[in-house]
Amino acid sequence: MALLEIEDLHVSFKTIDGVVRAVEGVSLSLDARKTLGVVGESGSGKSVTAQTILGLTRFPNATISGRIMFDGHDLLTMSTEHLRDVRGARIAMIFQDPLSSLHPFFKVGHQIVEAIRVHEDVPRDLAKKRTIEALRSVGIPSPDERFESFPHEMSGGMRQRAMIAMALALRPDILIADEPTTALDVTVQAQVLELIQALRDDFGTAVILITHDLGVVAQMADDVMVMYAGRVLEQAPRDTLFTEPEHPYTWGLLQSIPRLDAPRTDRLSPIAGSPPSLINVPRGCTFHPRCPYAPPPAFETEPPLEPSQPGHLVRCHLPIEERRRLWLALQKEHPVLQS
Amino acid sequence: MGAYIVRRVLWAILLLLVVSFLTFVIFNVFPSADPAALRAGRNATPALVEQIRRNLGLDKPFYTQYWYYLKGLVEHFNLGYSYYNSESVKSEIFSRLPATISVTVGGFIVWMLIGIPVGIVSAIKPRSILDRVMMGGSLVAISAPVYFLGLVSLFLFAKGTGQLQWFGAAGSYVPISQNPGTWFDSLILPWLTLSAAFAAFYARMTRGNLIETMHEDYIRTARAKGLRESRVITKHGLRAALTPIVTMAGMDIGLLLGGAILTEIVFNIPGVGRYAYLAITNSDLPAIQGTVLFGAFFIVFANLFVDILYAFLDPRVTYG
Repeated sequence: MALLEIEDLHVSFKTIDGVVRAVEGVSLSLDARKTLGVVGESGSGKSVTAQTILGLTRFPNATISGRIMFDGHDLLTMSTEHLRDVRGARIAMIFQDPLSSLHPFFKVGHQIVEAIRVHEDVPRDLAKKRTIEALRSVGIPSPDERFESFPHEMSGGMRQRAMIAMALALRPDILIADEPTTALDVTVQAQVLELIQALRDDFGTAVILITHDLGVVAQMADDVMVMYAGRVLEQAPRDTLFTEPEHPYTWGLLQSIPRLDAPRTDRLSPIAGSPPSLINVPRGCTFHPRCPYAPPPAFETEPPLEPSQPGHLVRCHLPIEERRRLWLALQKEHPVLQS
Repeated sequence: MGAYIVRRVLWAILLLLVVSFLTFVIFNVFPSADPAALRAGRNATPALVEQIRRNLGLDKPFYTQYWYYLKGLVEHFNLGYSYYNSESVKSEIFSRLPATISVTVGGFIVWMLIGIPVGIVSAIKPRSILDRVMMGGSLVAISAPVYFLGLVSLFLFAKGTGQLQWFGAAGSYVPISQNPGTWFDSLILPWLTLSAAFAAFYARMTRGNLIETMHEDYIRTARAKGLRESRVITKHGLRAALTPIVTMAGMDIGLLLGGAILTEIVFNIPGVGRYAYLAITNSDLPAIQGTVLFGAFFIVFANLFVDILYAFLDPRVTYG
């Protein structure tokens, strides 16, 4: 059985401007030791999905339905009081901006000690020892001194390392990394990703990696889920997604990755238009206003998420043969897409 | 830090000089009355007025007067002598200081004890009925001037004049050294009156700051760690939300120590504020000058104190 299984998750928020339908029927499953990459633009519902797993979206204006099964329990119906035992200890989370995610007024070491001591009844000095060990294991130099540092006294990369140390201090089963490298310098990005990878291999932690960067996914993920306007548009094992993508949106994402091996004359082609407002989602296929291939039914009805081959789910009205033909044509036009 | 404090103190002294000079200029350029004539009394001969003018040094140009004033201040810490009753302004102010401190510190304790918990409760459930009632009430409290609230409270609760004879009336103030019980009783209404607007303002500030803080990413991190919500609020939320409130409190105390003028007048408390009020009605320049300088001193140094305190409260702030 999967470690974590989400079934038909819907999350919406009532706001003054209307109901924001942030997540619409997302299902996924995550096995132990696996990495699931969740890709999508801003506002595609990927962060809300992740935060809902830990009950961090339980706001008074939120409506949440579906099931999130973890260890035989439904996290959605679990009381916040019980959910606290899962948070941090069994499922840990790191966020996009490590500077704003760490409390500016408390020492970094103290914040990690606090995380340990909420879940385990250990004396302060032992928790401190474990914190210093955790800081060392994520590659922070002179961790004894860094224990006493405030977040603003650290570099961005070091702060994210500290966040990872906090998340992994309790050896969680799952690490949810919500755009962990977006706020970091490119050189530091690679280091942080390698760190997550190494820790996953060492501790067997399953990872949900949320990103808008397909390059990151290519490097890290076992499976990939492409989200758009709160829905899953395509889901496949990593290699399948990169070699035989079937959704026009995925093609668009692949074409918009800057690549060093691309010929200089090849211009980066972004996806035209911008993601829809989640208050007013387009009728029919949510992607049709931006899709160059949208067939007539896409204007009227939303396509279901259907398998095109085992393990490969696509939400598209185009016939399977048509999709494959279009992808081959695209590859001919942009040879760089073949690798 | 040391160099920073020295620099700030020097600026503070310069600022006090400017304040004293401006007070002097304003008094001389727009005199509300002729101090000599006031002192001479009704039916005084012009000769008497002239003589008084000479005795007080008012016949000299104002810059000469200012020079003598400064000299006395710097050499002997002498604030001059009242035109009105010839008492030393310095000793008059210092003898009234305990009353002002009593009003200020007591009021401060009351408004912090009311304002901050109200703000927290409102922030935890924003837009709830409780929140709306408390924020509506605070708007009333902010809008009610001290002289109105003070008179109403005296009418309702003061011994002797009130409908319910619960607390000490206006003018019942005695120093704490004389009778602590009476001192306390006499100050209950002034404390409540003074703190009403402050408590309301602090409640709104606390509410606003805490609501804003609870949307910060580090609050989400604290929740994701598995902390109890009460701990998320009281430790992670309040630590950040109350820091600006503490510094604001420092400045308000400084302001009030210079004289809680309205409260002292309404309740007839012999404090520095009431002295300043009497000085103005009597055109008593040395007393005005003394109380203005005194008030400015507290404001300037409360500011300095708060800035230094901030470096201890917020680790991101350093002074060089």
